[in-house]
Amino acid sequence: MNLVICLLSTRRFLTAAQIALTVPGYEHDPSDPRDHEAFQRKFERDKAELRELGVPLETGTASIFDQEPGYRIAQREYALPDILLEPDEAAAVGIAARLWQHAGLAAAASSGLAKLRAAGVEVDPQATLGVEPVVTVDPAFGPLTAAARERRAVTFKYRVPEVDDPSARRLEPWGVVCWRGRWYVVGHDKDRDATRCFRLSRIVGDVRAAGRPGAFTPPADADLIGHVAHSSGPIARNSRATVTVRHGRAAGLRRLAREIIPGAGSDQLIISYGDPEWLASRIAGYGPDARADGPPELRAAVIQQLKELAARHEPATPAVAS
Amino acid sequence: MTTPRTSADRLGRLLNLVPYLLARPGILVAEAAADLGVTEKQLREDLELLWVCGLPGYGPGDLIDMAFDGDHVTISHDAGIDKPLRLNPDEALALVVALRMLAETPGIGSRDAIERALAKIESAAGDLADAPVAVKLPANQEKLATVRAAVDSGHALRLTYYTAARDETTDRVVDPMRMLTVGTFAYLEAWCRRAEGTRLFRIDRIDGFTELDEPSRPPMEAVPHDVSGGVFRPGPELPLVTLRVGRGGRWITEYYPVEQVVKEPGEWLVTMRVTDLGWAQRFLVGLGPDVTVTGPPELVEQIRAAAHAALDQYAAP
Repeated sequence: MNLVICLLSTRRFLTAAQIALTVPGYEHDPSDPRDHEAFQRKFERDKAELRELGVPLETGTASIFDQEPGYRIAQREYALPDILLEPDEAAAVGIAARLWQHAGLAAAASSGLAKLRAAGVEVDPQATLGVEPVVTVDPAFGPLTAAARERRAVTFKYRVPEVDDPSARRLEPWGVVCWRGRWYVVGHDKDRDATRCFRLSRIVGDVRAAGRPGAFTPPADADLIGHVAHSSGPIARNSRATVTVRHGRAAGLRRLAREIIPGAGSDQLIISYGDPEWLASRIAGYGPDARADGPPELRAAVIQQLKELAARHEPATPAVAS
Repeated sequence: MTTPRTSADRLGRLLNLVPYLLARPGILVAEAAADLGVTEKQLREDLELLWVCGLPGYGPGDLIDMAFDGDHVTISHDAGIDKPLRLNPDEALALVVALRMLAETPGIGSRDAIERALAKIESAAGDLADAPVAVKLPANQEKLATVRAAVDSGHALRLTYYTAARDETTDRVVDPMRMLTVGTFAYLEAWCRRAEGTRLFRIDRIDGFTELDEPSRPPMEAVPHDVSGGVFRPGPELPLVTLRVGRGGRWITEYYPVEQVVKEPGEWLVTMRVTDLGWAQRFLVGLGPDVTVTGPPELVEQIRAAAHAALDQYAAP
């Protein structure tokens, strides 16, 4: 603490020896090698601690005659710039700081908030915004955002469920995307020499930084969300199915219907769909409560699925020990 | 639960404490402690340490000085620590991304305030505000906004709600408590008068609602769920089903809570808990041909019988 106050108050660079003469706790006998070495170790430790906290420690020399490097802290670099938040803005920041369920991010958010409070911002801890987002992040979030910020390549193992073994990937990460509640990283895949996105929950084990910071520059026009959305965009529902369902049954199918035509004993549903296999599985799930009447591609898909279903669930199917 | 206190943590706290107190002359020690997220005892220890910190010379007029009036404290000399330290990269990331999330949350109130706050925090964070994180939450949530407006009115609601577990759409009266988004879905948490319990209603399954004249009055025993570990956390009382899952169906282990996955070559053996066997039948068959149910036997038989009965409908007359 005294070291920070001392270095903030000086405009001149102070050498280690000058600091030792001034700041309590550094008193030692410079002519005693062991004592001096102990001081140097302590001073190095304290400097590392300041840098860890983000205190901008400058090194330089006070004059061209000085051999020893000196230290100071520039007030302008040190201090949080003035920030004036209206009460509703401060409330928003307070809610944002409570968002993270992840311990590391939660701690960073609350220490950030403490700095804002120290800057005079009053935060109402009771404020709400009507809808509370509950946000969970995958463990790879921290190392990937750090690497993207430092523009440093990473390696990780990636497991796609359809493939048995994870594969090693080398990526220049441009950024991390939260798309509909799931996390992805977008970047340049060095092995495939192409832009790729990876889902964070499929990364196995640690993300390791590989190579130097500043090793690449993301394209200025990179549309991170666009890359993710492109691979999981909405499906066009251009086809129209006719499905007969029993009275009072198949509520889940009824909800999909754009039109329900009531009948005696059963009702007819008109359902818009894109993927016939998807809708066929849904209809098959309702067993005898639902029947696909058309179009023929859908009807055929349902019959095929039901036949396979019956075959796969015959008692003759070797039971798996559970 | 907190990370171990290192001396860097403490130094960070002290550097923050001085400007904090400086901005609030005469604040109660207990209030400051609550605000800063430390115990009162810890804060008093930190204040003790501040007495011996100050400018070189370390005489009166150099050291940090405070005046105590009962439990109130006022900084009378700050020794140059009149401003907090800049946000570090992790703090800037955590706040900026959280604000982007809030701004993107459908149906949220005060979007304008969130965006103004985000702009100010970004400006204070300088270069660090350029967090390499983009956020896009579930789109198409006009319904969420209309439900939220109804919740804001403070009235009880009559919901027409689709319950997937029983495959039925029913009407019920609820006393709204809060709205939240978890992962891909948005929910209304409310006291359900019919079930006499707190329930989470998925917004996309609310097929209609009307605002009642009476106010929302959740009873004392209405306690919000802890959803930090996910919305559906099956308990051991629920039935277990076992499945053989082909390559194309393995994704279900990423989307649904499963108890166990045995990765055999080709097919995976998956065990999961389900709320109800009738639901399990619709759900598991609905997943398509990559999923075969192997237990319990009554579910296997139910699926087989239903498939045969369904096929009979297509037999030529």
